[in-house]
Amino acid sequence: MTENRFFNRSEFIGILLLAVFLVVVLPLTLDVFRLNLVAKYLTYAFVALGLVICWGYGGILSLGQGVFFGLGGYCMAMFLKLEASSVENTKIQSTPGIPDFMDWNQITALPLFWKPFHSLTFTIAAIILVPGIFALIIGTAMFKRRVGGTYFAIITQAVAAILTILIVGQQGYTGGINGMTDLRTLKGWDIRPDHAKIVLYFFEVGCLFACIMIAQFVRHSKLGRILVAMREKEDRVRFSGYSVANFKIFAFCIAAVFAAIGGAMFALNVGFMSPSFVGIVPSIEMVIYTAVGGRLSILGAIYGTLLVNFAKTSLSETFPELWLFGLGGLFIAVVLAFPNGLAGIWSDYVQPRIDRLISSRKPKPEGWTDSSVADGAPAE
Amino acid sequence: MFGDYSLGDLGSIFVMQGFAGLILFSVYVLMALGLAIIFGQMGVINMAHGEFMILGAYVTWMTSNFFQNYLPSLFSGYFFLAMILAFVASGALGMLVEWVLIRHLYKRPLDTLLATWGLSLMLQQAYRSVFGAREVGVELPQWMLGSLHVTDSIEVPINGVFVMCLTVLITIAVAYVMYKSRWGRQVRAVVQNRIMAGAVGINTEKVDRYTFGLGCGIAGVAGSAFTMIGSTGPTSGQLYIVDTFLVVVFGGAASLIGTIASAFSISQTQSTLEFFMSGSMAKVLTLLAVVGILMLRPQGLFALKVRK
Repeated sequence: MTENRFFNRSEFIGILLLAVFLVVVLPLTLDVFRLNLVAKYLTYAFVALGLVICWGYGGILSLGQGVFFGLGGYCMAMFLKLEASSVENTKIQSTPGIPDFMDWNQITALPLFWKPFHSLTFTIAAIILVPGIFALIIGTAMFKRRVGGTYFAIITQAVAAILTILIVGQQGYTGGINGMTDLRTLKGWDIRPDHAKIVLYFFEVGCLFACIMIAQFVRHSKLGRILVAMREKEDRVRFSGYSVANFKIFAFCIAAVFAAIGGAMFALNVGFMSPSFVGIVPSIEMVIYTAVGGRLSILGAIYGTLLVNFAKTSLSETFPELWLFGLGGLFIAVVLAFPNGLAGIWSDYVQPRIDRLISSRKPKPEGWTDSSVADGAPAE
Repeated sequence: MFGDYSLGDLGSIFVMQGFAGLILFSVYVLMALGLAIIFGQMGVINMAHGEFMILGAYVTWMTSNFFQNYLPSLFSGYFFLAMILAFVASGALGMLVEWVLIRHLYKRPLDTLLATWGLSLMLQQAYRSVFGAREVGVELPQWMLGSLHVTDSIEVPINGVFVMCLTVLITIAVAYVMYKSRWGRQVRAVVQNRIMAGAVGINTEKVDRYTFGLGCGIAGVAGSAFTMIGSTGPTSGQLYIVDTFLVVVFGGAASLIGTIASAFSISQTQSTLEFFMSGSMAKVLTLLAVVGILMLRPQGLFALKVRK
């Protein structure tokens, strides 16, 4: 248990605590409505998790994670929408059997790229592959030419802007600004009632832990060390004979796939998908979650996501005026004072005290576990 | 597509569409000039640039209201004072921001992006609280209304011509300051080699602060000009920020000529395409082309050859 490929002891305890928190504490204490809110927040945690690998470890800041979140979400939503618009459900339309927004936009036949989404297997494959291949193309084009840092951030941002404008503009094919609403069933199983919400919540938490395990594996493998080395001194890694571009592409792709899974979960849990989760503003907000939680900490990113979203919901309910000031101030404070976020505060101030407490009781601790987040200074 | 128009009509349409593109070009150039100085010269990603522009627009709006209410006789000339006030207000705010925020982050360019994004959120909310969420429009003086009849079928709006002349003047002024004045030489020296510039006695911190202030000030003037052709709301700045960054990157950061050339090509492409298809598709195609070209030529159109 102490040292294996996935985690050391303190990380294991951390993951266990998170599991207890998400699987036992939250479902027991919250009503279904609030639990569904948590499920919505956790969909962003997938994105934050990907950003830890890509940004925290790889040093690649992507401001276009909303693109992949959106692609995953739209793939899922297209499947659900097709199922919701069966011929008997859409009898009143002038063309039954196609989604309602197509009918409103005078489209009379299902467009070709919609057809494969009748199949759930294809949809699940598409959720992973479409964003993955898209990230592969962008990553290859950019990293092979050694474009990185700020330029990459700006270009991913432009991609986010393009996709949003495209989705909003092509109303007949995508549902436009309203997105795809009124999603009902998954293979005949109604996703709207309370018990379905609870099942979906646990399913999502399961997926999240699977992703955490993958992230942990990447982190503790040789690959993770190369990523960190690359972030710190890219040229040295290149001169040591590693293909820096390929590692960057991998990190970017894995972040994209995580984000896409999050998007698909969003469509399932929340019951709709719209371009307001694709553009620049949500993409940057997702970066904030990671920054607040700690860009170097896998668990920190998840707590950060939950915390910022809880704050957002409660603050914007009570003081809508103050919320943007709070969010902006939080950004500036995190960047200026706590570049390693909550996890940094934890490992700098809380962890040493706990360690001291334990070591004062037990004179000789069994083995110093390296602090879970202190993997070096933040990128650039 | 062309069947319904005679050749003369078609020519006029292209001229007018080109002129619409020129107005867009002016806005892009004015915004991108400030950004090219801040991003190109200092390497700081200022996501709040659009908000500095909007500050200029609100200052112009307030000045125009003031003149309307208290000095109606001088109303026709208010714009020139408004422009100066916009420059001063945005420039001063920019220097304050540099002092409080940016100067701690010069070594972490990606973090400037996050911090200035936070700043832009706060500024947007501040505008919303002070000026209200609704968009405001500026009353134009009489001489700016109407249009010039070039031929029977071609007419160009006067305010557009005015904004374009303004753009040309500001561009010349910026080029002069950056390339001819003593201060511009200092800025370029600091950019090329900060340590050496400090060693020969240039106060690099002061240069940084004034450079950032100048960039923001120009954004303020851009906002001032923007009021001539559109209305201003708390989030208007955000609409332009990505386009402007693309303009700067596409032109090759640090190159003034490149910025102008890329602003010209992007705005003309977009407004020409807008004639053939919907506005959103025109924008998508333009941005896609820009991103595509940037993938093939990441250094931009006019890259300076710099040894790294």
